[in-house]
Amino acid sequence: MGETRDKTKDLRFDQGMAELEGIVARLEAGELPLEEALAAFEAGVALVRTLNQRLSEAESRVEVLTRDTNGKLQLQPMDPDAKA
Amino acid sequence: MQLPLDLPALTSVLTVSQLNQRVRETLDAQLGEFWVVGEISNFRVPPSGHFYFSLKDERSQIGAVMFRSANQLLPYRPEDGMQVIVRGRIGLYEVRGALQLYVEAMEPRGLGSLQLAFEQLKKRLAAEGLFAAGRKRPLPFLPRAVGIVTALTGAAIHDLLVVLRARQPGVRIVVRPVRVQGKEAPGDIVQALTEISRIAEVDVLIVGRGGGSLEDLWAFNDERVARAIAGARVPVVSAVGHEIDVTIADLVADRRAPTPTAAAAMVVPDRRDLHAWLARMANGLHAGVQRQIMRQRERLGGQARHLRDPRQVLRALQLRVDELSERAMRGAMSRLRLARQQLRGGAERLQALSPLAVLERGYSIARRADTAAVVRDAASLQTGDRLRLTFARGTAAVRVDDPRIHEPDDG
Repeated sequence: MGETRDKTKDLRFDQGMAELEGIVARLEAGELPLEEALAAFEAGVALVRTLNQRLSEAESRVEVLTRDTNGKLQLQPMDPDAKA
Repeated sequence: MQLPLDLPALTSVLTVSQLNQRVRETLDAQLGEFWVVGEISNFRVPPSGHFYFSLKDERSQIGAVMFRSANQLLPYRPEDGMQVIVRGRIGLYEVRGALQLYVEAMEPRGLGSLQLAFEQLKKRLAAEGLFAAGRKRPLPFLPRAVGIVTALTGAAIHDLLVVLRARQPGVRIVVRPVRVQGKEAPGDIVQALTEISRIAEVDVLIVGRGGGSLEDLWAFNDERVARAIAGARVPVVSAVGHEIDVTIADLVADRRAPTPTAAAAMVVPDRRDLHAWLARMANGLHAGVQRQIMRQRERLGGQARHLRDPRQVLRALQLRVDELSERAMRGAMSRLRLARQQLRGGAERLQALSPLAVLERGYSIARRADTAAVVRDAASLQTGDRLRLTFARGTAAVRVDDPRIHEPDDG
């Protein structure tokens, strides 16, 4: 089982935002030849999709770091009903 | 010789040691325990760890000692010039016969001891540069995981979790519970920071606790905690107590949050804001590329407009063909007319020049009967020559009789 991570996951969110901003700026400036403009448009749309997907993960994980009886560190999901 | 007066019996004469002891016992019994206010001077700490100093006011002073067993409870360090209130007993250091104040407790005058300790540590760490703005690290925009070091119960953890999940429902949160007050708290917090840093995905830490008194918050003024925060692997947001409480942890952290809610807002962006931004960008993409396409169309000029509808093109071409053929036709017609005219004219001229037209005028053509050569000169004729004459209509054979060469006028 190899370390095949989704390439889009490696993209830091704010890096993606900066890239997208750049593409939109270039398109709005209107200096691109038509082919490049279309390529930029496609890349921009793909970015929007990726970033939106990132935000749409609904499952929040809350874990507690404790030591078990052997003194070993472990992560356990926090009981969502734990009283504050 | 006179004997000294009042020489007591040897049994009632004290030794020096006995005297000193009696003085010490008498003083202690008489004065017991008391409080004294004064200024510290001549403060020194030999390797034994005991505090030696003088306590003085404007006119008087007394030597004092505070043994290590008592002084190690002090959160602050006494300094020369400090005004203090001490609790102690009087003693006589018998070996030297010196009066000594044995101090059992000491409180700074004016400032509370904790406050004083805080001020001293703050000054010391500031001098080391631990609070410098240049040390503060920027927080990651969207952390893979948020690490939290706080008590598992209380308002702080509750507020943090609620706000974090409202802003980023998918965010991963790791909590390492700690004691947040008491003697073991600083050590626990230091260990917690080490342990939670081992989780690679944790890109930012929140350290804190709910509100309380200076004593309650004291662990976050501890030097060990301060150094652990300063040396943390990832940026640390400190959220200790209420807005008005400022602890050493707050000063040394990369960001200070006045409340847990503020801390949560610092470490994760609000998903709703990001969705809105993405929608704006998507619109920008569409508008931008539309503009590009329009611009290209314009550049192609009129042709581009025709090219848009093939039927239109066809129609245009058709019109053009008709126009041209009409012109062509008109041209041809006029050329024909011209040709005809020219022909007629030519024909007329031709006709005028035709020998037939001359014959019509009455002239005849004379030709030698034998050679058919045309006669122009009478000198070539002899009487008896046969000639054939051609008239406008018909011919005649004739015999020459009397050829004469004469002037044209002669009849």
